[in-house]
Amino acid sequence: MATAQVVSEKNYLNESKGLWSWLTTLDHKRIGLLYMVAVLTFFLLGGLFAMLLRVELFAPGKTIMDASQYNQVMTLHGTIMVFMVIIPGIPAFLGNFILPLHIGAKDVAFPRINLLSWYCLITGASIAFFSLFKNGVDTGWTFYTPYSIQTSNGTTFVVLGAFVMGFSSILTGLNFIVTIHTLRAPGMSFWRLPLFVWALYSTAVIQVLATPILAITLLLIAAERLLGIGIFDPKLGGDPVLFEHFFWFYSHPAVYIMILPAMGVVSELITAFSHKTIFGYKAIAMSSIGIAAVSFFVWGHHLFVAGQSEVAGIVFSFITMLVGVPTAIKTFNWIATLYKGSIQFQSPMLFALGFLFLFTIGGVTGIILATIGVDVHFHDTYFVVAHFHYVMVGGTLMAIMGGIYYWFPKIFGRMYNEFWARVTFVLIFVGFNVTFYPQFVLGSMGMPRRYYDYLPEYTSLNRISSVGAWTIGTGFLIALFVIIHGLLKGKKAEMNPWGAKTLEWTTSSPPPHENFINEPIVTAGPYEYR
Amino acid sequence: MSLATVIASINTLFISVVSHAAGGSFMPPQGTKVAEKVDSLYRFLAGASVISCILVFASMCIFAYQYRRRPGVKSAYISHNTLAEFLWSFIPFCIFMVAFAWGWYVYHDLRTMPKNAFEVHVHGQKWNWTFEYKSGRKSAGELYVPVNTPVRMIMDSADVIHSFYIPAFRTKQDVVPGRYSNIWFDIEKPGNYQVFCAEYCGQGHSAMLAKIHALPKDKFDEWLQNDPYKGLTPVQVGEAVFKARCTACHNATAEKKVGPGLQGVFGHQVDLEGGDKVTADENYIRESILYPAAKIVKGFPNAMTPFLGQLGEQELSGVIEYIKSLQ
Repeated sequence: MATAQVVSEKNYLNESKGLWSWLTTLDHKRIGLLYMVAVLTFFLLGGLFAMLLRVELFAPGKTIMDASQYNQVMTLHGTIMVFMVIIPGIPAFLGNFILPLHIGAKDVAFPRINLLSWYCLITGASIAFFSLFKNGVDTGWTFYTPYSIQTSNGTTFVVLGAFVMGFSSILTGLNFIVTIHTLRAPGMSFWRLPLFVWALYSTAVIQVLATPILAITLLLIAAERLLGIGIFDPKLGGDPVLFEHFFWFYSHPAVYIMILPAMGVVSELITAFSHKTIFGYKAIAMSSIGIAAVSFFVWGHHLFVAGQSEVAGIVFSFITMLVGVPTAIKTFNWIATLYKGSIQFQSPMLFALGFLFLFTIGGVTGIILATIGVDVHFHDTYFVVAHFHYVMVGGTLMAIMGGIYYWFPKIFGRMYNEFWARVTFVLIFVGFNVTFYPQFVLGSMGMPRRYYDYLPEYTSLNRISSVGAWTIGTGFLIALFVIIHGLLKGKKAEMNPWGAKTLEWTTSSPPPHENFINEPIVTAGPYEYR
Repeated sequence: MSLATVIASINTLFISVVSHAAGGSFMPPQGTKVAEKVDSLYRFLAGASVISCILVFASMCIFAYQYRRRPGVKSAYISHNTLAEFLWSFIPFCIFMVAFAWGWYVYHDLRTMPKNAFEVHVHGQKWNWTFEYKSGRKSAGELYVPVNTPVRMIMDSADVIHSFYIPAFRTKQDVVPGRYSNIWFDIEKPGNYQVFCAEYCGQGHSAMLAKIHALPKDKFDEWLQNDPYKGLTPVQVGEAVFKARCTACHNATAEKKVGPGLQGVFGHQVDLEGGDKVTADENYIRESILYPAAKIVKGFPNAMTPFLGQLGEQELSGVIEYIKSLQ
């Protein structure tokens, strides 16, 4: 789509040296890598806690920890995975690195704010970690009142940590919106943007509009704990259900902050490895915007049994069904892209197909949960746990893994080991289904979530689930070795090892400091495989 | 193993998974008419889900195999197809609307409280359920109700949010402090049904269980008139109360749980937070039950909900006698 660039010896990795040059860098690619290091570290921690939870749940009663330790580990797992891994995962890491390359820009619009947002994440995470470990916070990642007001003092700091991390999200979103509007290369009209950019744009809109609500809610909790203002605690005249409304008014759109960028990555992977133009470009782009818009009006489906009015429940059930339509459009368009393609099955494509498989199951079970008459039974059971892990892990994490392998040669200028990358796919994919499919069954049987102990009849399914979890864990550990091995010993990568068509593949691997030696001029759409 | 047997065994496995998923056979036995309606709707949803998944997975696998990269074969250039895109948005939309309307219909049944129902008050607190009948009878952890009678529960919480969940009736409702919420059911057959707390409420969350005993009408009326403690010694009364109200957090042995184990406590010195010591006599135990925050045992959180107003004098002295007997 643009002329090939001149290859230079200097690139963004060897441009300047030393830890200090990294910590003060304004290069979006380096900031992307800072995010990568942070997110992968958090992911290892969060994953470790998941493994511990599954050891405890291997048998009913006490296995390795007591109830309060279990609740703390459960809180750590949820808080880390949501606020520090899945929310910043794709936008701040892959998005930061790829977005300017995708649109032919030198950098994001506000490089200093971009760096500041990384420091916000690290500061917020440090505050949260300090308190999570020191005070043993056990509220779960949802901080429901009045439990979170009555329990240990650490909650205030965790909540403040999440507040600071929220700013990271807001600043990144703002930066991306301005970048996409102002820094596109000549000829890069909106309808020529890669679909990953459309997905990041929709995500950024949600980040900017929804995150402040969380910030205000968390501040209100801190105010209630410190100053005794009665907003949520009935003892002070407040209403705990109000907190649930506030919390989900952010946290439901946040679910789309987590999944929309993943959908963007999958659009890139499927078209690149099918060597075929994406089917229904405009429908996919617009469905991202559609999902983002509707996502603000479905929060009440988290309150079907919480005590909101019956009429509200029915209205929220209806609106939630509407989210299914753009999601179905995307899925069918990806499948149609495979039709008459010229498909290769390197590991990024395996992860994309794995995404399609798992995300479809996550999607249809989402419709089951949106059906209010059935949700009353499934609400707060393992059915819900299985559903959102199918979407968040089966969806988002599969896309992150696919994205890391896909852009690995561009980011580091080296190739990873394809055989072992495929092994990681098989372990993660199989392990994932072994872990979470039984949880649908457990939920149908009535096992509530966040249970330290369970009835004996749930034992065998919990065992299967634990074995699956350890399989996933093994898969991710091997993936870590594949990444490190590729970094140190990988073969040198070509400019465009996959034969893909988007702009980042027209510059050298790794790219030079300001991405393109000559500013690219765009003359056609992003997926011109003719 | 030949290819045919492999395919045959995969096929068998597949059919069993599909029929399980579509049949809703993992659901607990149905205790009410509404549960049957929920299950019919679930069967429809599960069936539609399985069919859509098979369509998606099959087309994905067939295309992936059929159009794998072959030398000299180029991909087709197909930008979009308006009719196909309309169909695969409109058909799912119609299915979603059926699910929505049917769900609304079932939800209406779940949430429309019958008039003239038999009413029971439910109190949730960390970490047990107690039930109060209009006859004045109370019970803890065990709810007795008549069959073939609509029963409405009026629920409140003393501390944090709990949720009253009966899987066999396919219904649950959060129990929120500061307001009443309600739930109803009409049990078809005598029997025992499991109750869970479904909203996370802390250390004892997974131990916050109860049983519903559905009795024939005459047996239930008999139960309602009974004095539960008739003919029992104070220690036996205390043991019954202890098992229903205290075991979520306290062992009758010396082993600690959420709170201290209570064997051998009576008559011995207790170390308190802040360095004080106290001898566990009747008055200390009484205070610790009614006003638990007054003295905190060293090494334990201030986590217990006050039992002031929740136990009758006979029950309270019974519990104290029972703790005295644990030597």
